Amino acid sequence: MRSNWWKILCVVLLAYAIIGGLLLPVPARHILNETIRNLYFHVPMWFGMMLLFGISFYHSLMYLRKQDMNYDIKAVAFLKIGVLFSCLGMLTGMEWAKYTWGEPWSNDPKQLATAICMLSYFAYLILRGGIKDEEKRAKISAVYNVFAFAMMIPLLFVLPRLVDSLHPGNGGNPGFNSYDLDSRMRLVFYPAVIGWFLLGYWMSTLHVRINQINHKRDNTF
Amino acid sequence: MNQLISLVKKDLLIEWRQKHTLFGVLLYVGATVFAVYIMNGQPEVKVWNALFWITQLFVAVNSVAKSFLQEHPNRFRYYFTVVKPTTFLLAKMLYSMVLMMGISLISLFLFSILLGNPVIQTAVFVGVTAAGSLALSAVFTFLSAIAARAQQNAALMAILGFPLVIPVLMILSNLALSAISPVYQEGWWVMMLVLLALGVLVIILGLILFPFLWQE
Repeated sequence: MRSNWWKILCVVLLAYAIIGGLLLPVPARHILNETIRNLYFHVPMWFGMMLLFGISFYHSLMYLRKQDMNYDIKAVAFLKIGVLFSCLGMLTGMEWAKYTWGEPWSNDPKQLATAICMLSYFAYLILRGGIKDEEKRAKISAVYNVFAFAMMIPLLFVLPRLVDSLHPGNGGNPGFNSYDLDSRMRLVFYPAVIGWFLLGYWMSTLHVRINQINHKRDNTF
Repeated sequence: MNQLISLVKKDLLIEWRQKHTLFGVLLYVGATVFAVYIMNGQPEVKVWNALFWITQLFVAVNSVAKSFLQEHPNRFRYYFTVVKPTTFLLAKMLYSMVLMMGISLISLFLFSILLGNPVIQTAVFVGVTAAGSLALSAVFTFLSAIAARAQQNAALMAILGFPLVIPVLMILSNLALSAISPVYQEGWWVMMLVLLALGVLVIILGLILFPFLWQE
């Protein structure tokens, strides 16, 4: 129980985020209207995705240093859940964009960056699928994970210079922080971010444990 | 240093002796440009630029893929015993940069013949092409090393590489645009520096990570 407190916290926070997110009052904004509630679901997906990819990157680095299979299992698990989060973030974002920007895809740098991230992490999964030997698979995919992650970081800074953004807080658009994200929304937003991230972490640890058992029993996963 | 030079020399010599692969790549470039021309005729400036860089991307995949994929896996074991992994990677990168630079210039020539020549500042455009072939070949050389170690073909390299080079291509086409249309671009040099920094980053990452790929 003592080690599981964060799982209870996760459930409580998410229940609060969903119920509070859909029922609590939000500021009435032109164009955004009630879609502003998507903030509690769309933005946490991105934060969660970044953190999960970051954790996966760390485990890949550790694999290269220590050559311990556990690190590889963890790297894959966090990466897979990160990909799931990026898909969900993309879907919620496109849905939101359809109602606010008029179309689901509008060449926004953040959309582009996410699409590129998704493509390269799908490629990671394809790469893994193509290698039979576990040690080799772990090593090669760790190398690619480190390489891809390190290439992604400059991307996040370079892309917005190349393409105009529609996101709030970019290119002269007012940010949510300035007036939209008022104190009422913060009350739901921050718990939602923490809750969704904890859920992603929880899912990853489950994945890790399944694969650890598989690895121990059949020496493969 | 000596090892590096002799490795690059060896690759270029092999390239020259096995003329069929070199001319195969040249024919590939020619056929691609011709196909683009048939599809599109002489396009307007922006489309020309986009087509040029897409062609560069495909040419890079096909020509640079050879750097690691054409070597027999058993021969790697021999190289391991003779040179350091970083030297080997640097040699391969240098070789594919030289190759890619030559091929890009040839495709620029073909483009200007078939698709018209909208380039106003030739020196700038050639410079951007050179910088572009450096960056593209550095990325794809490293990825072909990954693909070769995974015992896969050039298709895997393309899958791995395309998402990573999209930002590079975007920077390149933006840089090149100022050489072919009379628009003033703010921060051109900053972008150029970003591109070169990305190239250096790829090389450093490659040098750090390649020894791990090396080990059996």
